[in-house]
Amino acid sequence: MIGEQICIVPAVSQISLAQPSRHWYNSAMPETPHLRHAFLVRVTHWVMAFAFLALLVSGLEIVASHPRFYWGEVGNVNTPTLFKIPVPSSRKMVPTGYGYVLPDQNGWSRYLHFQSAWVLVLTGLVYVVAGFFNGHFRRNLLPTRSDLSRKRLGLSIAQHLRFERPNAEEAWSYNVLQRLAYLLVVFVLFPIIIWTGLAMSPSFVSAFPSAVNILGGQQSARTLHFFLTWVLVLFLLVHIFMVILAGFLSRMRAIITGRAAETMERA
Amino acid sequence: MSKLSRRQLITTGIAAAAGATGIVVAAKLAARFGLIPPDSGGVYGPGETLTYAAQRLLTRHSLAREFPINHISQKPFANEVDPLGEEFQRLQRGAFAEWRLVVDGLAARPASFSLAELKSFPQQSHVTMIQCEEGWSYIAEWTGVPLSHVLELAGALPQVRYVVYRSFQPDWWESIDMADALHPQTLLAMGMNGGELPVPFGGPLRLRVPRQLGYKSIKYITRLTLTDNLKAFGKGLGSAAPEAGYAWYAGL
Repeated sequence: MIGEQICIVPAVSQISLAQPSRHWYNSAMPETPHLRHAFLVRVTHWVMAFAFLALLVSGLEIVASHPRFYWGEVGNVNTPTLFKIPVPSSRKMVPTGYGYVLPDQNGWSRYLHFQSAWVLVLTGLVYVVAGFFNGHFRRNLLPTRSDLSRKRLGLSIAQHLRFERPNAEEAWSYNVLQRLAYLLVVFVLFPIIIWTGLAMSPSFVSAFPSAVNILGGQQSARTLHFFLTWVLVLFLLVHIFMVILAGFLSRMRAIITGRAAETMERA
Repeated sequence: MSKLSRRQLITTGIAAAAGATGIVVAAKLAARFGLIPPDSGGVYGPGETLTYAAQRLLTRHSLAREFPINHISQKPFANEVDPLGEEFQRLQRGAFAEWRLVVDGLAARPASFSLAELKSFPQQSHVTMIQCEEGWSYIAEWTGVPLSHVLELAGALPQVRYVVYRSFQPDWWESIDMADALHPQTLLAMGMNGGELPVPFGGPLRLRVPRQLGYKSIKYITRLTLTDNLKAFGKGLGSAAPEAGYAWYAGL
């Protein structure tokens, strides 16, 4: 078995050129059907999905203790706000207009928020490093030059706006808007939301003060962190909507088992 | 996932063994270099341990950001405190002349200081931000004696690893490790914005730990206990914060 790939020439020739290389981080084996999503992509997808949900719930819970937002370095109930969220607060010192105070949940929310952040960041690092090594980003996410032509982009946008069900080949590959959206989430939105989160830490910024200074202050970092949350939630909602539009069961099967609907025909 | 090949099984086995050994070695090293927080047990223990260890490796000597005088908040916010009671009011009527700070535990020269004595020691000031875990903040100038100076006067023994500090309010007690206790910005603060530290902001004596959130800077300090082990205090989680469900290390 071990020497098979190296010593027996015919075995190599059976591997199509399009097939990803055979490695621990890529379960596409020559003797098994081609998989839609590699094992590592499937595992990191779900770990990060649950970590994101935990971050979202705990983050909203933390916001409830002070549902007021500011710009600059400082802000408190004695200073003007940038905006307020019209929700009751879990602290009675915050004037909300509601006649009641929610129970204080900040303790476990903060514990859960930071633990989930660790899970998401470490899993994300594994995904990103492996994605560069095994060609996942180059092969699956980087749009081709022709994809980015105005005509093709316009066509793809029009198809999306008509809520067209994706054609069969999209069960095997991402369309250009999908590629751009995933690249934006992985390489722009998540790095910035992690950065703005760290910029709120008095201890972290004692070592790296520019992390908060270039954002314009600690309250600015908090406000940006909150906005980015909603951008990521918007992505999540569109993502789920597209999964349903494309065929919920087949897409869920692909991201859980790796097998796409057409596996049998292709094999 | 497809069928495992023998090579994959061997690789996975070696990786798992290396991982397990790595975790055991990392845990021993972390304990030895003081990277394990007292609330490292429980569901959120792994996250807390990673946070505290990472912060201690990255930020042991770093200084909290200081601001120019014109950044001082015009309207600082004093979070509410429980009623302080008769005894506190009696001390306040006497301008806190009878207020004492007791220093005990692993000290060669356990001591008790009046505010006048604390004010006779070299004073320091810094304009720093205080951030509440709720999300609000303000900037003020804090003046007081560095905690490290008081620890030196009391003759802190070499094995001291934590300083436990207590408030006049019995429910409030906290502890910090030596990285924060000996940190140059950690002050026993008696002044704020050029005047006496007002009672709503913790007067007459508040411990200011500017690299951590506000709940580590507890108000009305009466006692410092030097120790090498936090197990004997309260439920052994390090301070009142974890007993109320909050992290002991509050640098995030």
